[in-house]
Amino acid sequence: MTQLALVIDLNVCVGCQACVTNCKEWNTSGEAGPMVDQNPYGKDPTGTFFNRVQTFEVGEFPNTETVHFPKSCLHCEDPPCVPVCPTGASYKRQEDGIVLVDYDKCIGCKYCSWACPYGVREFDEAQKIMKKCTLCVDRIYDAKMTAEERRPACVRACPTSARLFGDIHDPESEVSHAIREAGGYQLMPEWGTSPANHYLPRRKTRLRIREDELERADNPLKIDGQLPKPGKAEPSLDDVTSW
Amino acid sequence: MLPAFSVIFLTTLIGVGQGLFLALFTAQSYALFDLLPKQDGPSFYAYGSAVALLFLLGGLVASFFHLGRPERAWRSATQWRTSWLSREVIVLPAFIGTVFLYGVAHLLEWKPVLATLPGGAAIDATVVLGAIGTLLAFALYLCTGMIYACLRFLREWHTPLTVINYVLLGGASGFTLAAAFAALAAPDLERFFAGWALIILLLGFVGRVAALIRNRRLKPKSTPQSAIGIKHPRIVQATQGFMGGSFNTREFFHDRSRGLLRSIKWLFLAGAFAVPALLLAAGLSGAAEFLAAAFVVQYLGLIAERWFFFAEANHPQNLYYQSVA
Repeated sequence: MTQLALVIDLNVCVGCQACVTNCKEWNTSGEAGPMVDQNPYGKDPTGTFFNRVQTFEVGEFPNTETVHFPKSCLHCEDPPCVPVCPTGASYKRQEDGIVLVDYDKCIGCKYCSWACPYGVREFDEAQKIMKKCTLCVDRIYDAKMTAEERRPACVRACPTSARLFGDIHDPESEVSHAIREAGGYQLMPEWGTSPANHYLPRRKTRLRIREDELERADNPLKIDGQLPKPGKAEPSLDDVTSW
Repeated sequence: MLPAFSVIFLTTLIGVGQGLFLALFTAQSYALFDLLPKQDGPSFYAYGSAVALLFLLGGLVASFFHLGRPERAWRSATQWRTSWLSREVIVLPAFIGTVFLYGVAHLLEWKPVLATLPGGAAIDATVVLGAIGTLLAFALYLCTGMIYACLRFLREWHTPLTVINYVLLGGASGFTLAAAFAALAAPDLERFFAGWALIILLLGFVGRVAALIRNRRLKPKSTPQSAIGIKHPRIVQATQGFMGGSFNTREFFHDRSRGLLRSIKWLFLAGAFAVPALLLAAGLSGAAEFLAAAFVVQYLGLIAERWFFFAEANHPQNLYYQSVA
């Protein structure tokens, strides 16, 4: 079983919104039709996006930390949005675990968005159907692209490599290593949805120095200083060795 | 959640339709065992069914306004194995069809006797249709309630009280309408319907208040900490990532003040329960002209009740949409 997913490193994300922009660009020009915006140049521009980057402030001034938090469909392994769909438009692919919406079957009842605790489904007000992240399913299997290009648009766009893409069920994949070794975690584990996308936590790199590392180990008298100068009459190296 | 009037009208209108049908068949069942006077002529049950059909069809029409792509609505009958919405889509037309047949059978007085009970009561076609319709009416209440009760993230809805209240509130409004209808068409049934309407109304009041108390004590399961996975007591959203709003900020927020919510709550407690109960009691004591008023007030109260039902639900996704910047 394959479960494709994104692993997002919150330690690296700088909140530049490049993934948001590239996601929109790729998917609005894709075969599934445009993701139309309303009032794009007006007072309250709004539209459908698959991916959003949010910013949270953790802690109280002055001990605060700014956390940029990209959020797209997490492609849950037990997706609550799928069984509630009355038409079967919402489905999870067996072969790679991607949760998709069949735009030709969706009736736009929005019930699936109620059943998603993460708020990652967005209704397209122009096409009147529900949309969501496809993990760039029209990209990652495109044989005309090079292997490097066959990755989701957001992953390709990230300038800091905060986004990893791969199969989390393959224990040797890059994403599995990252989850295992860098403490990857899931969002809202309390609902048992088992999201496939994982997040890597913020990490602080601290220099840990022990007391005894500051002191010379071979200094039994606890006196640090220059060694006593040998007397003029003492034999020197020149006396015992020929250079 | 943002209360959608299409769904408010759907659930309240079909609730009345189901309740009215249940009331009609209850009266017929009582009459079958000679507990109530039999109705001469087809008019009472046939026209009563017609009124029930009007409400059910009204609800059906309202439901289409909820869909982005109503022309594809037929597809929504396919996932009955997993989706309560799909089950409702199947049961609603089946129930409407049964009510139609029940009404037509009464209108044409098509009553072939299919069996006779030991007591001598004749089970004719209308009784069989009525029994099927009763099962479907309860199945429809179950489907409608479970659409909301099965969503475990919306904890205000995720309780058996949701289904119970859909049954009781729909039933109460249907019996009240039956009482008002009987005042015109069958005055000897008026007190029977008004009495049951009052009993169901009081049970519904208990159920609804129980749900209100339960929801007041709910503690949210999801927190900003679990939403972004960072353990710190103070997490504040600086920006949700956009300024002009999105589907997520429109569909899941009602943007009304707590004060208005509280007013609506008292409004529906008065409109859907207190005032109709008084009017029904007045109707029971002989003033039949109050029964129609009881139904109108109760229906308006139920619209407020359903609005509050939706507005009260707090979706965990809202944790991600707290700050516009």
